[in-house]
Amino acid sequence: MPMDNDKNIQEIRKKIALNKLRDHLFWIIGLLSTLIGFVLLFTLIIDLLIDGFPRLGWQFFTSYPSRFPEKAGILSAWVGTTLVMIVTAAAAVPLGIAAGIYLEEYGKKNWLTNLIEINMNNLAGVPSIIYGLLALGLFVYYLKFGESILTGGLTLGLLILPMVVIATRESIRAIPNSIREASYALGATKWQTVKDHILPYSFGGILTGMIIGLSRAIGETAPIITIGALTFIAFLPSSPVTSEFPFFSFKWLLDPFTVMPIQMFNWISRPQTAFHINAAAAGIVLLLLTLLMNGFAVYLRYRFRKRIKW
Amino acid sequence: MRKRTYLKLKERGIEFSLLLSALSSIFITLSIVFILLYEALGFFKDVSIWEFLTGKQWTPLFAQPKFGILPLVTGTLLVTGIAVAVALPVGLIVAIYLSEYAPFRIKEVAKPILELLAAVPTVVYGYFALLFLTPILQKFIPNLSGFNALSPGIIMGIMIIPYVSSVSEDSMKAVPMHIREGSYAMGATKFQTAFKVIIPSAFSGIAAAFIIGISRAIGETMVVAIAAGMMPNLTLNPLEPIQTLTAYIVGVSLGDVPHGTVEYKTIFAAGITLFFMTLSLNILGFWFRRKIREVY
Repeated sequence: MPMDNDKNIQEIRKKIALNKLRDHLFWIIGLLSTLIGFVLLFTLIIDLLIDGFPRLGWQFFTSYPSRFPEKAGILSAWVGTTLVMIVTAAAAVPLGIAAGIYLEEYGKKNWLTNLIEINMNNLAGVPSIIYGLLALGLFVYYLKFGESILTGGLTLGLLILPMVVIATRESIRAIPNSIREASYALGATKWQTVKDHILPYSFGGILTGMIIGLSRAIGETAPIITIGALTFIAFLPSSPVTSEFPFFSFKWLLDPFTVMPIQMFNWISRPQTAFHINAAAAGIVLLLLTLLMNGFAVYLRYRFRKRIKW
Repeated sequence: MRKRTYLKLKERGIEFSLLLSALSSIFITLSIVFILLYEALGFFKDVSIWEFLTGKQWTPLFAQPKFGILPLVTGTLLVTGIAVAVALPVGLIVAIYLSEYAPFRIKEVAKPILELLAAVPTVVYGYFALLFLTPILQKFIPNLSGFNALSPGIIMGIMIIPYVSSVSEDSMKAVPMHIREGSYAMGATKFQTAFKVIIPSAFSGIAAAFIIGISRAIGETMVVAIAAGMMPNLTLNPLEPIQTLTAYIVGVSLGDVPHGTVEYKTIFAAGITLFFMTLSLNILGFWFRRKIREVY
C-alpha cells in the first residue's frame, strides 16, 4: 500500500513542522518575556530623567526641605541616609560574618544548627515592614532609643542580617577542604585557620553580599516610616567631629533624622506637581546609588571568581 | 604549657561568641513574635477576635471605630492576585528560556539585569506606578480612578519576576542532562522537553519559586502605599482605590499615634495578620525546597 504510506509520511511531516513552529514561537515569547524587565527598567529611568533631571543641581543637594518646591533639597536626607548606613553596616556586618562562620565552620550537624538555619531562611522572607514594627516596640519604646539614627540603623541592620549571613556562608562553602586540612596539618588551631585562611579567601564574596545588602537598605522606606522617622527635618544631626577633646562625639546617634526614600515619598504624596519634580530628582539619586552599588557588586563577584582558581 | 591553656581558652571564647552571633537570629525571631503577640493581645482585650476576623468595615480612626480586618485582607489579596497573574507566567517563561533556550552570552547579560529589577527601591516603583502607569492606563480604561489596585499590582508583578525566575531556573538547571537527552533522543523538540519533562521534574522548585513570589507580593509596602490609595474598601474591583495591610501600617505610622492607644495597637494587629500570612507561605515554600534535594 504505497498510497497509505505517503499519507502517513505527509502527516508526520506536518506534525514535525507544527512542533518546530511551536518551538520557534516559544523561543520568541521567551526572549520577549525576558525583555519585559529591561523595558520596565529602561522606561523607568527615562521617565525619571525627563521629570527630574533639570532639578538636579548644587542647590538641590545643599538645601533643606521647604514649603517652596523650587527651594527644597535633600541635604538632611542624604546626610541622614549616610549616617544610618554607617550604623547599619556596623551592626549587620560583624554579626552576620560571625554567624556565617559559626554555621559553616563550627556548628555540628545537630538540632540547634538546623534550627538556626531554618530560622535564618525564614527571617529572609519576613516582610520589611514587620521589622519596622519590631523596631517600634523594641528600640523606640522598650530600649527608649526614640526615633533616632541609632534606631533606624539597627532596624535596617536586622533587615539585611540574613543577606550578610547567606553571602558569608556561600563564599565560605566555596573554599575546598584541602585548604583547611593543610592549615590543620601545620598545627594551626581552628580560629587561626579561620582568621588566616577562610576569611581572607572568602573576602570577595562577603564584600559582595555586604554591598548588595546595603544597597537594599538604602532604598528601604517602610520600616523607617514605621519607627516614626520625621518627614520634615530642616537641620542636621550633631557633628561626629568636635573641636574639643576627644574630638569625636556620638551624640548624633540619638538625633532625629530623615532618609532619602522618605523624603521622596513625602514629595510624591503632595498634590502639587512641582513637588513631584523634586520626587523624580530624588528618585534619580536613589536609583543611581543602588544601580552603582549593584553594578560594583556584580563586577567584584566577576573579578574574584576569575582570579581564584583552586 | 601555659601558652597552650591560654590558646585553648581563647579558642573556646571565640567559638562561644560566634555561637552567640548565630543565636542572635533566633533572638530576632522571638522578639518579632513576642512584640507582635504582646501588642496584638492588648488590642484583642478591647476588640473581640470575632469582630476583627468577620467585620466588613475597617475605620479605627473614626469617632465610632469599626475593627473588621476583611477590607485590608481582601485589598492585600487583590493586589497580590494581580501581581501574581503577571509574575508567575512571565517568571516561568523567563526561567524556561534562560535555562533551556538562551545562549550563554544572553544569559550572562540577562541575569544581572533581571536582578537589578529587584534592587530598585520600591518607593521609585511607587512613583512610576502613580505618575506614569496610571495615567497611561486611564487612557484605555476611562473609569479607572487615580488611585487603584491595578497599576501597583502590575508594577509589583514585574518587580517580583526575578524572584520567581531565578529559583525556578535553578531547579530546572538541577534536572540532570541525561533526562533531557532521553527526551531529545525520542525526537522531542526543546518546547516539548521543557513542558513535558523539565517542568514536571523541577516541580517542587517551581512551586517554591511561586510561593516566594506570592509571599513577596503580600509583604510589599511602598508601591501600594503610594499608588493604591488609602481606602479600606471591601471590593474585588481592581479599578477602585483600596488599602492593603502593609499600606495601613504605613498610613498610621505617618501620623502621630500616641504609644499605647487602640490606634497604636491596630498596626500590630494588622502586622500579626501579615506575619502569619507570610510565615505560613514561607514554611510551605521551605518544605517544597527541601523536597527538591530528595528527587535525584
